[in-house]
Amino acid sequence: MHGPATTWRVETRTKTSTIFMAFGALAVIAGLLAPLYVPRAALQDLFFILTMLVLAQSWNLLAGYAGLVSVGQQAFVGLGAYVMFAGVLLFKLDPLVAILLGGFAAALLAIPAGIFAFRLQGAYFAIGTWVVAEIVRLVVAQWKTLGGGTGTSLPGPATRSMLGIDLAKNLFGFRPAQAVDVICYWVALLLAVATILLVYRLLRSRQGLALASVRDNHEAARAIGVDARRLRAIVYVASAFMTGIVGALIYVQKARISPDAAFSLTDWTAYVIFIVVIGGIGTIEGPIVGVLIFFGLQKLLADFGSIYLLVLGLIGIVVMLFAQEGLWGLFASRTGIQLLPVRRLLRGGSLKN
Amino acid sequence: MNWVDTVLQGILLGGLYALFAAGLSLVFGIMRLVNLAHGDLIVLAAYLIFVLVGTLGLNPFVAMAIAMPIMFAIGWLLQTYVFNRTLGPDILPPLLVTFGLSVVLQNGLLQAYSADSRRIPSGYLETASVRLGSLHVGVMPLLTFASALAVIVILNRLLYATELGRAFRATSDDAVTAGLMGIRPQRTFAIATGIAMAVVAIAALYLGTRSNFDPTIGPARLIYAFESVIMGGLGSLWGTLAGGIVLGVAQTIGGAVNPEWQILAGHIAFVLVLLFRPRGLFPRAVD
Repeated sequence: MHGPATTWRVETRTKTSTIFMAFGALAVIAGLLAPLYVPRAALQDLFFILTMLVLAQSWNLLAGYAGLVSVGQQAFVGLGAYVMFAGVLLFKLDPLVAILLGGFAAALLAIPAGIFAFRLQGAYFAIGTWVVAEIVRLVVAQWKTLGGGTGTSLPGPATRSMLGIDLAKNLFGFRPAQAVDVICYWVALLLAVATILLVYRLLRSRQGLALASVRDNHEAARAIGVDARRLRAIVYVASAFMTGIVGALIYVQKARISPDAAFSLTDWTAYVIFIVVIGGIGTIEGPIVGVLIFFGLQKLLADFGSIYLLVLGLIGIVVMLFAQEGLWGLFASRTGIQLLPVRRLLRGGSLKN
Repeated sequence: MNWVDTVLQGILLGGLYALFAAGLSLVFGIMRLVNLAHGDLIVLAAYLIFVLVGTLGLNPFVAMAIAMPIMFAIGWLLQTYVFNRTLGPDILPPLLVTFGLSVVLQNGLLQAYSADSRRIPSGYLETASVRLGSLHVGVMPLLTFASALAVIVILNRLLYATELGRAFRATSDDAVTAGLMGIRPQRTFAIATGIAMAVVAIAALYLGTRSNFDPTIGPARLIYAFESVIMGGLGSLWGTLAGGIVLGVAQTIGGAVNPEWQILAGHIAFVLVLLFRPRGLFPRAVD
């Protein structure tokens, strides 16, 4: 005779993660209302943190999950920003609409860039993406109507008549310049939440499982029918889209663009890599931890100029040599805590867990 | 415009890129290590030569001869204490560690020597030229090209006619089996990186005497070096020279058409070569 039928369930949720979800929802609400109780300078800091977080999450998706170590993300930041500028200056689009356009342009660039870079393996891929970014920078610097090599500015009236500005002005009584910051901040918050949820959902889906299998054992994954190339291509384009959108948003707020700044390897790829590596590559929590540490270090060392980058580089090296799973990884492996778990756990039956 | 002159200048420029790339090619061929700090190490060596020339009043070539063993030691130490820890099936650790090193070197140099651009003085050689038929060719570019040839000949002899070279090639083919035969891969790697850094000192001399340099120009040199290595094909030093020449010629022709297109033309040549020959022009090793 068989005992009572054992029911097995595959779960990814844990008790901590449910609590964290509730906490996270509260944090998002508090974040939405932040313009009401936070001074403008702090709001700009939050904007910076949120945009870097989106960049970090999308690079982490590439490098940490799809095994695609790109050193050329600045191509998508810069192109997204420049297409947004073109939309506003040449086609008189609303900046918020132009941001979307920037995202699509970045995704579009990712197709030929991907066709080229995917022919290159591993380390070659990194160099290939970098060369692509250099080519886009040099071509954009030829775009004379957008200021060529010296760049151009976004006219004040264009951003001050942006979608939602009236709402922010009438509802909360902000001055126009402040209202621009508030709208940018809200969009950044929306993007950060959307990116985290998107990555989380993706990793918990079939495709996410396939992606992890490709990363962990390429041959075995192929043997059971996972189409690694297609998956990686989708991730590459999706990550370019997110990077392009956030790049465009950053430059709505900055309102001043030049090829050297918009395609900066340091600002849009080096920082992002350090954020992800220090926080913990291959986890969703890692970039969140990393961006907070990055911001703290920046505030702490702001007066020391290049020492800041020197310290950041040294920390990155030390983490990579001695704690490859990053600070969050160290914490998670000691405590077993996962706030956004994507690991599948087998439960039910006689297993006591 | 004189096309023969443009192409000749491009070929000679290719010699400089081959010098940038030779060390990278050697290290990559032997241990598949991608050193993203290679360009910044060239700049570091250029500062070393600059300081030796400036403080001791040495001839730049003597300063280079002193810089070579120092750079060898730096390479040996880096490989033994840092890079060797990162080697493995995962390509992420070496990439990220060398990327971190690149940022550290750039900002360290910026801190020590400011962002001012420098040049290693080389006396009358700066402007000396010789007549080749109807063309005038700079002595410095010729010396650069001759040095690139000499470096490649010596490295090839080292690789194919010495015991050390046999150890290099054996480790490259199969590090585990080479280990069973009494070769210690980690020590072999350290010597290889040391040699690569000694070559970097030679490259740095020509970088520093032929044009201005500052702490931030490393990454661009790295890209040129990598483009040369990848276009040439993995594991072939002559291929690396060919890759450097393709890059140099593309840049001078692009620059002759429109000065703003110089760098762009080089990158586009790289993309085109890889689209038609994904493994480069003369691939030897299989990766």
